[in-house]
Amino acid sequence: MRLLKDALARRAMSLVAVLPGLLVLLIVVGLFLRSRAILGVEPLSRILFSTDWSPLKGEFGLLPFIAGTMWVTLTALILAVPVSILTAVYLSEYAPRWIREASKPVIDLLAGLPSVVYGVWGVILVVPFVGEVLAPLAGVYSSGYSILAGGIVLAIMTFPTIIHVTLEVFSTVPRSLRDASLALGATTWETTRGVVLRKGAQGILAASVLGFSRAFGETMAVLMVVGNVPVVPRSLFDPGYPLPALIANNYGEMMSVPRYDAALMLAALVLMVIVLFFNVLARRILIRVERRVR
Amino acid sequence: MTGRTAKSLGARKRADVFFRVLTAVSAAVVLLSLLLILGTILWKSVPALRVSMLTQTPKGGFYLGKEGGILNAIAGSLYLALGATGLAFLLSLPLVLYLNAYKGRGSKTAVWTRFFLDVLWGVPSIVYGAFGFVIMLALGLRASLLAGILTVALLEFPIMSRAIDEVMRLVPRELTDASTALGATRFETALKVLVRQSAPGILTGVLLAFGRGIGDAASVLFTAGFTDRVPTSLADPAATLPLAIFFQLGTPFPEVQQRAYASAAVLTLIILVISLAGRAMSRKVNRHVVK
Repeated sequence: MRLLKDALARRAMSLVAVLPGLLVLLIVVGLFLRSRAILGVEPLSRILFSTDWSPLKGEFGLLPFIAGTMWVTLTALILAVPVSILTAVYLSEYAPRWIREASKPVIDLLAGLPSVVYGVWGVILVVPFVGEVLAPLAGVYSSGYSILAGGIVLAIMTFPTIIHVTLEVFSTVPRSLRDASLALGATTWETTRGVVLRKGAQGILAASVLGFSRAFGETMAVLMVVGNVPVVPRSLFDPGYPLPALIANNYGEMMSVPRYDAALMLAALVLMVIVLFFNVLARRILIRVERRVR
Repeated sequence: MTGRTAKSLGARKRADVFFRVLTAVSAAVVLLSLLLILGTILWKSVPALRVSMLTQTPKGGFYLGKEGGILNAIAGSLYLALGATGLAFLLSLPLVLYLNAYKGRGSKTAVWTRFFLDVLWGVPSIVYGAFGFVIMLALGLRASLLAGILTVALLEFPIMSRAIDEVMRLVPRELTDASTALGATRFETALKVLVRQSAPGILTGVLLAFGRGIGDAASVLFTAGFTDRVPTSLADPAATLPLAIFFQLGTPFPEVQQRAYASAAVLTLIILVISLAGRAMSRKVNRHVVK
């Protein structure tokens, strides 16, 4: 009887175990099926590289949105990666124990804040800051709703991801290696640079890639501060229109214009495939890093 | 190392101090950005924060600055997150138990499943939203509480599974071995040893997922719809707090925008309470864990 129960439980649970892989597949296939309506009409390359976006005329060029996503994401990463890595270095190499402990809830909370809250904060503080302080400093006019505002908000949102993964990578560097370096008379910074950063280089790369894919798909916060004008941006102070914002903004009207829904589902598919690629890349690096340590 | 010997001890020490300060400043930036966000939201919300906001649904002309509250969104969000978290838990617990009780730590299934969970964790919520929409069309559902719950459950599932898994992996091998040696089946071991030992972690994982679910906007945009009433059945559309904030901020009226700030403060407080409760509760349950 007990063995029977065990066998039954095993069967049932093994069904659940295939779910994660299946779900990834289902998302890709599901989105692909829904976007066939447009893929059948126009070649993929034309949709991806055309800047013509006028759904009413049946023109669905995704380039402005892909470019907008790229601009915002790269801006965010340029801001976030150095700060995050330095923070991780501080927390793992310099900080006293109590600061390290106290920083955990802070980073968790930063990761847990809803993106809408980031968006509201961006509208209250970052947008005016960019429009009234930074843009005049740079000698240009900007409403503040810009790539830069999106990048700043997004950078803060990616801090936790990069810091968390980098800390984990640093913790896999054996204590004895650090001690050896310190015993040879190296300062803490020299040890960090020569041992911790060198050993963790791949992991740091993976952390940044994860940060990239996290930022790439972020929707609401960016949508609220980035301006949403469907042209390819030329500068940091220009508004942009990232892919996720496109999908979120137009869900209401997409069913009433022919092929509009297919175009949006294709946008989601493009997003999914890009994020999937970078995620898989980063995870593979991390698995290798982990294996090397053991 | 050869280049470094040429530097004087003083220069090396200065470099060390420089980087100590630089890294500390970076950490301070991260910390302060959180304080700045919380501070700004709470500060801006004070003028518009009223009790009626929490107890009333929107009256006519609410989005023009007239009377009413966001009870519809608060209730909708709670229903949605509760349903989704329950559903995600029903998927996560068996999955994690299977990985830890039936499959060896290094087995192919375990490695691949964890890999896919990590990948799913990274999938943007707007993609879940679009996928939820595809499912909705396939099942013939309208935008409703049910569709929202399904979508958010998918979003929460990898988060919860991974969080619980991290803790369950740490249950000492000796404990499960002892249970097996006493003649327990794997299923009994799973329920009585693994679950009990990792109870605090399970709780934390559930709360983490709940917090993510209640705060997510992009995934419910397509699927849950929006309404001014409190949903009374699974087939009703449901308003959600994040979307209520978004819509209020999108109006051109300062009074309504003020209310968006206040709503954002409500959401932030909910998240704060959840994360504090998680910490406090996991400490309490922790006492029953064999170390």
